[in-house]
Amino acid sequence: MIKYYLEFEKPIEELELKIEELKRISDGKEINISGEIKKLEKKTKELRSEIFSTLTPWQKTLVARHPDRPYTLDYINLIATDFIELHGDRRFSDDPSIVGGVAKINDVPVMIIGHQKGRGTKERISRNFGQPHPEGYRKALRLMKLAEKFKRPVITFIDTPGAYPGIGAEERGQAEAIAVNLMEMSKLRIPIISIVIGEGGSGGALAISVADRVYMLEYSIYSVISPEGCAAILWKKDGHLGTEDFSRAANALKLTAQDLLSFKIIDEIILEPLGGAHRDPEGTAKKISETIVNALEELKTKTPGKLIEERYKRLRKIGIFEEGA
Amino acid sequence: MAWFKKTKDLKTDRKVKIPEGLWVKCDSCKEVVYKKEIERNLKVCPKCNYHFRISARERLRLLVDEGSFIELDAEIKSGDPLHFKDAVSYKDRLKENENKSGLKEAVISGDALIKGHPVSVVVMDFFFMGGSMGSVVGEKISRIAERVNEKKQPLIIVSSSGGARMQEGIFSLMQMAKVAAAIGRLKDNGVLYISILCDPTFGGVTASFAMLGDIIIAEPKSLIGFAGPRVIEQTIKQPLPEDFQRADFLLEHGLLDIVVDRKSLKETVAKLIELLS
Ligand SMILES: [Zn+2]
Repeated sequence: MIKYYLEFEKPIEELELKIEELKRISDGKEINISGEIKKLEKKTKELRSEIFSTLTPWQKTLVARHPDRPYTLDYINLIATDFIELHGDRRFSDDPSIVGGVAKINDVPVMIIGHQKGRGTKERISRNFGQPHPEGYRKALRLMKLAEKFKRPVITFIDTPGAYPGIGAEERGQAEAIAVNLMEMSKLRIPIISIVIGEGGSGGALAISVADRVYMLEYSIYSVISPEGCAAILWKKDGHLGTEDFSRAANALKLTAQDLLSFKIIDEIILEPLGGAHRDPEGTAKKISETIVNALEELKTKTPGKLIEERYKRLRKIGIFEEGA
Repeated sequence: MAWFKKTKDLKTDRKVKIPEGLWVKCDSCKEVVYKKEIERNLKVCPKCNYHFRISARERLRLLVDEGSFIELDAEIKSGDPLHFKDAVSYKDRLKENENKSGLKEAVISGDALIKGHPVSVVVMDFFFMGGSMGSVVGEKISRIAERVNEKKQPLIIVSSSGGARMQEGIFSLMQMAKVAAAIGRLKDNGVLYISILCDPTFGGVTASFAMLGDIIIAEPKSLIGFAGPRVIEQTIKQPLPEDFQRADFLLEHGLLDIVVDRKSLKETVAKLIELLS
């Protein structure tokens, strides 16, 4: 399998290629170079640890969008059993950029909903790069209402560049679909847990993440606008924007998991393995699963009335302003 | 008129400013109109009925009974949670907009009478940072929503906004959910909420309180949508239909209740209150 390395991972790539080469040479032969391989592996680990402990917000954005990063369906496969995917908004169509269905996590029946990006060109296109149309949000809401009816908690996975900006999306009320989800989720009489697993792209992400507990993976992002969009607004140079501009914008936007935790907008950061979730999907999934199980345990003691009241207060207190006389 | 031709290719430039001169070029039909005539006509183009953007104070004068408006939460001012700085710091940008608009924020809220009916009213002002929603806009609307929920009086919100305010980052985004939740409480309590959309209404404002009205009204030809036309054009790499995201387009697609002329807006709102509340 050809691995995909980000620009700043190139030194790691070089080392790993070397290790592979050595392994290939030593395979089935008498020469013993395992000592050499071990040394290189240690060096790789140190280098990775060094690079990943000092990632900039823009680099984190790139990790959040890494093409090998596990997506919603990957995590569902790893943490849930008996998943049955449910389709369609019953009004217009089925939007493949949001998936959802019933399943069990740790033997607890739940409804799982999430943005879904595709892997490989064909699937990426069919999933519209994880950018939902209104029917995606309406499907999500339909499934949440179904969960409410049968008193099943809702788990949502957030991973989208944003709601799709297109003609059909506008014709069918993209804004209305998002607005209604925000309102309805604030009143849902069941526990809701949201986990940002990759990109939390603006309103399109928020539309399925009004929740009692919100978590973010260590290298995920959540922002009102993408660094590229922000840079385009601030430093329009006839389309000549580059990494430097995106880096500046990513810094300014304070969009990392660490930023959001410091703002108390999320509850916890779920740690990722060195190099990002795609380096160890099983390990990451296990941590996600533990987080969900603990949160469910805590939330199940609350009455629907209390859940809604606390969810409202949680939102209501967000905002930084001064109130002078 | 030769000088007029030069500006013909500005079709995509939808920003409207009324210059200081005696004449004004209409943003919609591109006709040049005598400024006084537009002022007399409630800032509506006499040639094509395009409704020019007006300030929040002007809007209040047109919408509520004279002398009835009592402003609330007037002293809330933006913080700077991200210490956001581009060419200018956010703090300086706020000050600049304060001076320019005479407002402390992009929204005015309070209690008023509309043809004698007690209401609470929120008016956004596009001339303050593009009417963008940050913490203050979110807070003011949430407070008003909570008040009308107790008083059980109708809420009227007039929107005109580019969307969420980038300079407050995630805090702006979260205002969408906060306000939507506050509005959600009115639905369970029989409180009438009329949302009036003016040119332009976009992004995080449309995708939260603006599209949640029991009744949604738009002024003629207003541009209303989620994504801005330029972003859509860049994404789909096709020209957009002529009337795309205009009020009539939304009406046709079932996203609005009525398109109402500025001159009959107050009358229509008063009647709706009478009939529903
Ligand atoms: Zn005109």
